[in-house]
Amino acid sequence: MRSERATPLGLKVAAGAGLAFLHLPILLIFVYAFTTEDKSYQWPPPGFTAQWLAVTWNRPDVWQALALSVKVAAISTAIALVLGTLCAAAVSQSRFFGRETISLLVILPIALPGIITGIALRSAFSIAEIPFSFWTIVLGHATFCVVVVYNNAVARFRRTSASLIEASFDLGADGFQTFRYVILPNLGTALLAGGMLAFALSFDEVIVTTFTAGQQQTLPIWMLEELVRPRQRPVTNVVAMVVVIVTLIPILAAFYITRDGDQIAGGGK
Amino acid sequence: MTTAISLQKVSRHFGAISAVDAIDLDIGRGEFFAMLGPSGSGKTTCLRLIAGFEQPTSGHIELFGETAEGVPPYRRNVNTVFQDYALFPHLNVADNVAYGLMVRGVPRPERRKRAEEALEMVKLPGYGERRPGQLSGGQRQRVALARALVNRPKALLLDEPLGALDLKLREQMQEELKTLQRTLGITFVFVTHDQGEALSMADRVAVFNDGRIMQVGTAEDIYERPASRFVADFVGSSNILPPEFVAHHGGPRQWASLRPEAIRIGRPKRGGAGEATVVSTSYQGAVSRVTLDAAGLRLIVTVPAGRPVPAIGEKVVVAFDRQHVHLMDGEA
Repeated sequence: MRSERATPLGLKVAAGAGLAFLHLPILLIFVYAFTTEDKSYQWPPPGFTAQWLAVTWNRPDVWQALALSVKVAAISTAIALVLGTLCAAAVSQSRFFGRETISLLVILPIALPGIITGIALRSAFSIAEIPFSFWTIVLGHATFCVVVVYNNAVARFRRTSASLIEASFDLGADGFQTFRYVILPNLGTALLAGGMLAFALSFDEVIVTTFTAGQQQTLPIWMLEELVRPRQRPVTNVVAMVVVIVTLIPILAAFYITRDGDQIAGGGK
Repeated sequence: MTTAISLQKVSRHFGAISAVDAIDLDIGRGEFFAMLGPSGSGKTTCLRLIAGFEQPTSGHIELFGETAEGVPPYRRNVNTVFQDYALFPHLNVADNVAYGLMVRGVPRPERRKRAEEALEMVKLPGYGERRPGQLSGGQRQRVALARALVNRPKALLLDEPLGALDLKLREQMQEELKTLQRTLGITFVFVTHDQGEALSMADRVAVFNDGRIMQVGTAEDIYERPASRFVADFVGSSNILPPEFVAHHGGPRQWASLRPEAIRIGRPKRGGAGEATVVSTSYQGAVSRVTLDAAGLRLIVTVPAGRPVPAIGEKVVVAFDRQHVHLMDGEA
């Protein structure tokens, strides 16, 4: 039953102020993408122009950084989907010594500050004498992407009744068929959501990347560098705007996909 | 009786706990067999051993004359109806029923036809397009049944199949299961904790306790000649007589059971004292059930309609023929 009383004005104002505090800075970034002033951030903007969109479009360094970020995010997500699902399956479907420890260790990278993960990886790479490359970035990103996929998958495994898998065996399906026809369809949306979140996380990651990248610049790193140079500043804003829009789509999609998958699979009577 | 399922000295231990402890059991072809016992008595583990979800710690299982050792569940010629039905939520009813055929590579048209036949058999024709989530508990149960039977198993295993249904539906399903079993002529093995269900449905019943089988027999055997105090107690309705009482009435000093209808009650002779006091009476149509207190021993007696029923608090004498006293194993 919904409360009939009107919301007090004070609460409305406070809620509005909170939302404004969170979102106005993002809007500001959008505004600066169209300013005519390109040396400093001047408020109010002296004039508006759409020329920066064209300028950004024609800058090869933007395209390089973007391509690298997409490649890194895609490959780390793919690695995370495989490892995260397997790990979730092991932890939730069987009992073995050290199971709890493993589930903690898998989640740890996301609980640790990125800087710790970054330093740890960097020193590990130099001890092992692995030169910094595209693959060291992917490896770094995979550490926290696995967590996201694992968390989604393990929650879904927990909600999938164990008798579904037994029923499949009972009806004549072997392990592979059971995975293909029962486990995967039940995990599907969880993996999609986990994968999208992992992609978004990887796409705007800065800290771990600074420690694991060599000369390559992912998009967020490129933006950080650009901010230092007072030249064509609005280009950074245009890129930021595109990144916000591009990362928002998968996160919203992931939210809507998992929202409907809340009923317990096979647990209904 | 040709043997369908044979368990020889089968044990299943979980750590220090023995869920099933050296069980010997033969279930015949075409038999409707019930495994009855309280929860934790090992009856479900026993069923899972037959289905192949559990491997025996020791002992030997034979299914239709072949060893079950190392045979995974998907290569056993038995199918299970799970307690929670375990219908696949992402498939519709027809695909659920046809699942076993699909994984065996039966072509789609035949799959369709056989699934629809199976749904007709459980009285759900035309339900194929629905999702499991749109069905009632009773309907899900029927779909689970159809999904198992469509594979034409040699034996059907049912794990507390009626536990989640309400009383009226349960009685209806009991009838239908019996009819189905008779028509198909295959072995049904059925796990339940409900003694009424077990005794009314099964050809033979095994009573489980603490991982062991206490007694195997027909419903009549179990009901009239319980082998031990546990069986008499669990199956209920029989009076359990302690050794002193039996000895007092001229029998050996041993536990015994005595059915309520075998006891006669009457007024004490003039001047004589009554042996028992009437605690309660309840009218049940063809009979009245009278509960007596005989010096601390609770006795249930049934009085046929038309005979006088004593009032509560009245002193009565009890009598019975010695032949009706069924002696049981001592302290169990």
